[in-house]
Amino acid sequence: MFGMNRSRSKPARYGLLSLLRGGFNGQRHWTPILNEPETPDRHYDVVIIGGGGHGLATAHYLAANHGITRVCVIERGWIGGGNTGRNTTVIRSNYFFPESAALYDLSLRLYEGLSRALEYNIMFSQRGMWMLAHDRHGMEMLHRSASAMLLNGVDAELHDGAGVRGRIPGLNPAPRFPIVGGLLQPRGGTARHDAVAWAYARAASRAGVHVLQNTEVTGLAQAGGRVVGVKTSRGDLSCDRVVAAVAGHSSVLANMAGLRLPIQSFALQAFVSEPVKPCLDTVLLSPATGIYLSQSDKGEIVLGAGLDLFISYAQRGSLPMMEQAAAGAIELFPQFSRLRFLRQWAGICDVVHDSSPILDESELAGLHFNCGWGTGGFKAIPAGGWLTAHHVATGEAHAIARPFGFSRFPTGAMIDEAAASGIAH
Amino acid sequence: MLEINCPWCGPRPEAEFRCGGEIPIIRPTPDCTDREWAAYLHERTNPKGMHRERWLHVLGCGMWIAAIRSTINHHITRTGPLAAPHDEASS
Amino acid sequence: MTSLRLDAGGSMIDRARPLQFRWGRTRLAGLAGDTLASALMANGESVFARSFKYHRPRGLLAAGLEEPNAIVQWQEGRLTSPNLKATTLELHDGLIAAPVNAWPSPQFDLLAANGWIKRFIPAAFYYKTFIWPHWHLFEPAIRRAAGLGLAPVHPDPDSYAQHVDQVDCLVVGAGLAGLQEAASLARQGKKVILAESDPWPGGAIFGPAHDTERAQANRLAAELSACPNVRVLLRTTVLALQDDGLVTMLERLTDHLPVAQRQGPRHRLWKLRARDLVLATGAHERPLVFDGNDRPGVMLASAAGQLLERQAVSPGRRLVLAANNDRAWDAALALAMAGLGVAGIMDARTAADPARVAVATVLGIRMEFETVPWRARGSRHITAVETARIIAGGAARPTGTAIACDTLLMSGGYSPVVHLHGQAGGQLVWHDGVQAFLPVPGALPCRMVGAAAGDGLGHVRPVWHISADPRRPSAKAFVDFQNDVTAADVALARSESFRAVEHLKRYTTLGMATDQGKTSNINGLAIMGGLAGLSPDTVGTTRFRPPYEPAPIGAFAGHRVGQLLRPVRRLPAHAAHASLGARFEEYGLWERPSCYPKAGETEADAVFREAAAVRAGVGLFDASPLGKIEVKGPDAANFLDRIYVGRVSTLRPGGCRYGLILNEHGIILDDGIVARIADDHFLVGTTSSNARIVHQHLEEWLQCEWPQLLVAIADVTQQWAVMNVAGPNARRLLEGLACDIDLDGAAFAHLGHREGHVEGVPCRMQRVSYTGELSFELAVPSRFALALHARLLACGADLGIVPFGIEAMMVLRTEKGFLHLGSDTDGTTFPDDVGFGAPVRLRKDDFIGRRSCLMPEAMRPDRRQLVGLQSVDGTLLPIGGHVLGKGQDRQSQGWVTSSVNSPALGRAVALAMVCAGRSRHGEEVVVWNRGGTQRARIVSPVAFDPKGERMHG
Ligand SMILES: Cc1cc2nc3c(=O)[nH]c(=O)nc-3n(C[C@H](O)[C@H](O)[C@H](O)COP(=O)(O)OP(=O)(O)OC[C@H]3O[C@@H](n4cnc5c(N)ncnc54)[C@H](O)[C@@H]3O)c2cc1C
Ligand SMILES: [Zn+2]
Repeated sequence: MFGMNRSRSKPARYGLLSLLRGGFNGQRHWTPILNEPETPDRHYDVVIIGGGGHGLATAHYLAANHGITRVCVIERGWIGGGNTGRNTTVIRSNYFFPESAALYDLSLRLYEGLSRALEYNIMFSQRGMWMLAHDRHGMEMLHRSASAMLLNGVDAELHDGAGVRGRIPGLNPAPRFPIVGGLLQPRGGTARHDAVAWAYARAASRAGVHVLQNTEVTGLAQAGGRVVGVKTSRGDLSCDRVVAAVAGHSSVLANMAGLRLPIQSFALQAFVSEPVKPCLDTVLLSPATGIYLSQSDKGEIVLGAGLDLFISYAQRGSLPMMEQAAAGAIELFPQFSRLRFLRQWAGICDVVHDSSPILDESELAGLHFNCGWGTGGFKAIPAGGWLTAHHVATGEAHAIARPFGFSRFPTGAMIDEAAASGIAH
Repeated sequence: MLEINCPWCGPRPEAEFRCGGEIPIIRPTPDCTDREWAAYLHERTNPKGMHRERWLHVLGCGMWIAAIRSTINHHITRTGPLAAPHDEASS
Repeated sequence: MTSLRLDAGGSMIDRARPLQFRWGRTRLAGLAGDTLASALMANGESVFARSFKYHRPRGLLAAGLEEPNAIVQWQEGRLTSPNLKATTLELHDGLIAAPVNAWPSPQFDLLAANGWIKRFIPAAFYYKTFIWPHWHLFEPAIRRAAGLGLAPVHPDPDSYAQHVDQVDCLVVGAGLAGLQEAASLARQGKKVILAESDPWPGGAIFGPAHDTERAQANRLAAELSACPNVRVLLRTTVLALQDDGLVTMLERLTDHLPVAQRQGPRHRLWKLRARDLVLATGAHERPLVFDGNDRPGVMLASAAGQLLERQAVSPGRRLVLAANNDRAWDAALALAMAGLGVAGIMDARTAADPARVAVATVLGIRMEFETVPWRARGSRHITAVETARIIAGGAARPTGTAIACDTLLMSGGYSPVVHLHGQAGGQLVWHDGVQAFLPVPGALPCRMVGAAAGDGLGHVRPVWHISADPRRPSAKAFVDFQNDVTAADVALARSESFRAVEHLKRYTTLGMATDQGKTSNINGLAIMGGLAGLSPDTVGTTRFRPPYEPAPIGAFAGHRVGQLLRPVRRLPAHAAHASLGARFEEYGLWERPSCYPKAGETEADAVFREAAAVRAGVGLFDASPLGKIEVKGPDAANFLDRIYVGRVSTLRPGGCRYGLILNEHGIILDDGIVARIADDHFLVGTTSSNARIVHQHLEEWLQCEWPQLLVAIADVTQQWAVMNVAGPNARRLLEGLACDIDLDGAAFAHLGHREGHVEGVPCRMQRVSYTGELSFELAVPSRFALALHARLLACGADLGIVPFGIEAMMVLRTEKGFLHLGSDTDGTTFPDDVGFGAPVRLRKDDFIGRRSCLMPEAMRPDRRQLVGLQSVDGTLLPIGGHVLGKGQDRQSQGWVTSSVNSPALGRAVALAMVCAGRSRHGEEVVVWNRGGTQRARIVSPVAFDPKGERMHG
């Protein structure tokens, strides 16, 4: 039986009953969530490189939407250990251009049903996402964005300074950069990042997809102008198609195919405070300070700032960014000064000039890329997986994915959100 | 915070600099194809390893300098004055 | 009530200085030299907190910043800080602290009910439930239960200093190893900093067996404090070791003082580079993992040893030691010699250090080998410990005996503090003798010495968890105390595929608490390794992420708070505007007058009046922030030809020209006036926000692409103040000044540039107009800004001169359809989009961005183009409103970019970017603003004086 798990007992269902049952058996009935073969098969229909959210979601939708289960996800480290497990988990679809709105709102809609669809609580907390405006010009841009969102069919509320304050208790009453208004997307929010990766991995595994952890792809096999397999640290595999969903490592992977990508890898840092009782009930982005923050379900204040300024593959933070994040946090909430930073870290983002993703088959036939998400691809995981699976399975880009192909570079048809709306990703 | 050895000013903190990205990038002549132009604008080596790049000592002497830096551990192994792109490419 | 203060001993305390403090609602007394933890222990308190998830009562585990349990809310009101560790807080008079996560008190806590349902909520249970009907229903309650202390609600009254420094050597940790190292470096004449987290040097020396070490440490500490080339920083924790050896450390300056005595900054954040970096950071003792190991009264042996040594506090009167190494014996022996009852020592090994065994024998202490604790009895506090024997395969068999005790000291070995080494990317290797990860000396800029390098940690027998079946770790044996992760949770993670350490951490939250797993990580990964049959080496550690110890956000912000977050930039003539009643606002980088409202006027009134006055007479506008960049040299003209969309080399000296600067992507970067002062000398004018950006743009192209060109560039924006006199009476006004520039229209036509003197002051004058009126811009050295401003007002008084602000300027330029960069353009705008396609097409030679303007996207005929919009009913159109076709289609065709009420035209005028707009003049469209609609007609962007006659006057 192909792709079926050979050694596993029946996978455990999730739910309250199962937990209650576990209470009487020492919680010993739980089963592995991953379908990890001792030795991989020699051939797969699709090999997915990268066990982050996008790779795992692609695997799931290949199985769930297209019935393709001879699929293997190959992960260098542990699944979800890349940016998916390092990000600040903001989910939103407050985009300006219709192309982006279609993509990110598909994602948001999928997120809204994801816990139930995957039988895994990803804790999608729709506590709203705010973009602040600090001056007249900022407010004009929010007007432009708010109407764009509404025309794109996305929820949006525009509030003046008093409205913002009324809805976000604790905001600095006398900030250096005045808060003259804010754009709220009520459906925005945060989710548990690890859970998203694990939920997709579990669902894909249940459908028979193989997951190889601790396995690095070191090369690609080509024949007749097509990719026909991958070389890995655990041996070679042949396959019909390859999906590269390796985020910051996309250039490294492209290099294996002799390609150069319009991508540069930059570290993006994140910071959390020690956990405290609930004190911030939404997600807030302040353009003047370049920071955004939210409170996690564990109680930590989670902070993000801008990209590091030089290319890097070192997943680590630095002092200057921490200082910037600290100053930004205190500007918005002076009372957070006495909270303490608990941890800082970084992930490596795949940054494209227009900060929009690349979802396309490459010049090397059979090699697909799902990359270029930069600093904002967590929110796009369901859509990225859905659309990549569609392209791989049908051989054609989904209409929503089409504007995000490689061809936009030689034509110049960028989808540059930040440039048009001032809202960075 | 890196420490960058400006050939004109000596070792100075990263905060005084701005990174300008990969060198050399050869600017095609205007009669190039759209693809060539797009490649010039967007495609980068983006290596995991040693990277030749330029930095501006913006809060210092104001000079652009060349550096070789590891993108794996950030350590800069060499800095020097910036050469013209074509010279840089052939060096 | 078992713990107590002994009558003698205590190297740190001053028995003559009692201190009062408050714990929750209880008033207690301690001594100078106490920590909050030792003072509470001395008062017999043993329950310090409740755990995070199950709300189990918890006592003290450790003596330092590795403490997971004794988390407190420190002080009240404006000074409150959550989640501090009682072990690191020095007692001072009037200290106030309260336990966190316990309501109403740690003794009696309502959420302790979570403990009863513990069996149903193993690690990560929340992923498996709360899915139906919806997570949103459960989330608020879960969130309320999470979090430890309370975030302050008041702004922080304290300030935080930052300090940048360089030394020859930094020694981290003032234990014996660190003191020795610092002393030897100091004797070589090096400039040394010795940083120590504790308020005292000496580290973890305790017990009578270490008299020589103690004496040596005291001697060295005294020597160092007298050394002029050494700075000993106590209360200073090294937080991070990052790029190129940058050390971040936090020095706590005032927290240990009574509130009234605190002066100056609360903390100082050091940013230090040291040529030589020595880490003497010691080791953290590990708990043993057995049932009930989290009961109050069960603590680390070293913690008891240190409490005894420093504060003469004993955690109990009848103690038992359970260990797997020699070092731990010292604590029990020290307590026994201090007269406390030690009811037994059990050691997992087959034998122990004979010298220690001999002392124990003399003291009459019962010793059992190959014995481990099986279970701690008691509920609020331990009452006895049941013992077990280790048999083949690592299983434990209960012996059936129990030793009555009020305190169990445990030691499961030591983990060298390798965090900083790890942060800097250092490698670790597992050492079987000491059963710990040791640093691999390598290319890092640091050396490790003492216990941090594994010295003196002896031989440890690993017992990672104690249970009858090693494959079934117990759900009552805790690994991570703060996050309530049990040994069974580790097994659960493994059985569900979460074998990788990072997965273990994330799935169970092991090591994610505020102690960052200092006492739990190694136990956790070793248990995981044991289940998988792997050595800890193969399992590996999680990444060491800074900071080593949590540090206040305020310390990282330093001075960058309030107004200093970004100092406000004011105009040279700020005072003059203020005295005219200007309303100031920040536009980009500068604080500028938006308008000058008179009594009773609204902003709209003032703007309307000012704009009308300029058209009718003359107005005065402060344009000082406009960027001014001098470009000089034999190749200056050639260089600027490569920068501007239009040619610059055809400009004659004394003339100026409007031009666009693109980036290489063909996008408009800036616009402004470029003037030719002489053949080889140009003045590049930029918008107010972009002076620096354009300057860097010019330098970058010059230095990096065309270094052969002989050009020098200087940004002189702030050297010159600029006053703009605009309106039909502008020339008449200037004629009233002492001026050696011929102002006559024939001699000095529109777009002329002149240099001369006004009122005896050097002046660069340009006839440029952003208002559409006759207009002169007078640039004088900034120090003359106020004088010139005053003279202009005085001379213009007869002409009814009106000072006008940015908003009136926006009205005037919108009437004229003049671009405002950033409003009418954005990061997607090509020159053709705003009507400058011709200069691009006309030029055959190259300039920056030209090639990008020839890409298919830039040439698409249906791109958004700048047009005027006129509402059908004459009312104001909303900026940001979208342009839709008249049909049902709700596809945006563009948006309104500028919109004002025009006094000159008596109606509203607007600019917009609209798809194929230039070919649609006359067409009616709908402006859609968040649901509201207005009808409007596409028109020419130039609504007023389309022929431009007025500015040529
Ligand atoms: C600090 C930070 C904050 C962020 N905040 C947000 C946010 O708030 N909202 C948001 O939407 N997005 C955010 N992002 C971006 C988001 O995290 C990413 O865009 C998204 O997670 C990318 O998912 P992925 O699956 O493409 O990549 P990843 O999760 O990085 O997965 C790629 C995987 O590929 C593996 N891999 C690489 N090379 C190989 C190889 N040769 N062989 C095998 N495996 C390989 C890696 O180990 C990795 O696990 C943030 C990112 C960071 C770093
Ligand atoms: Zn320099």
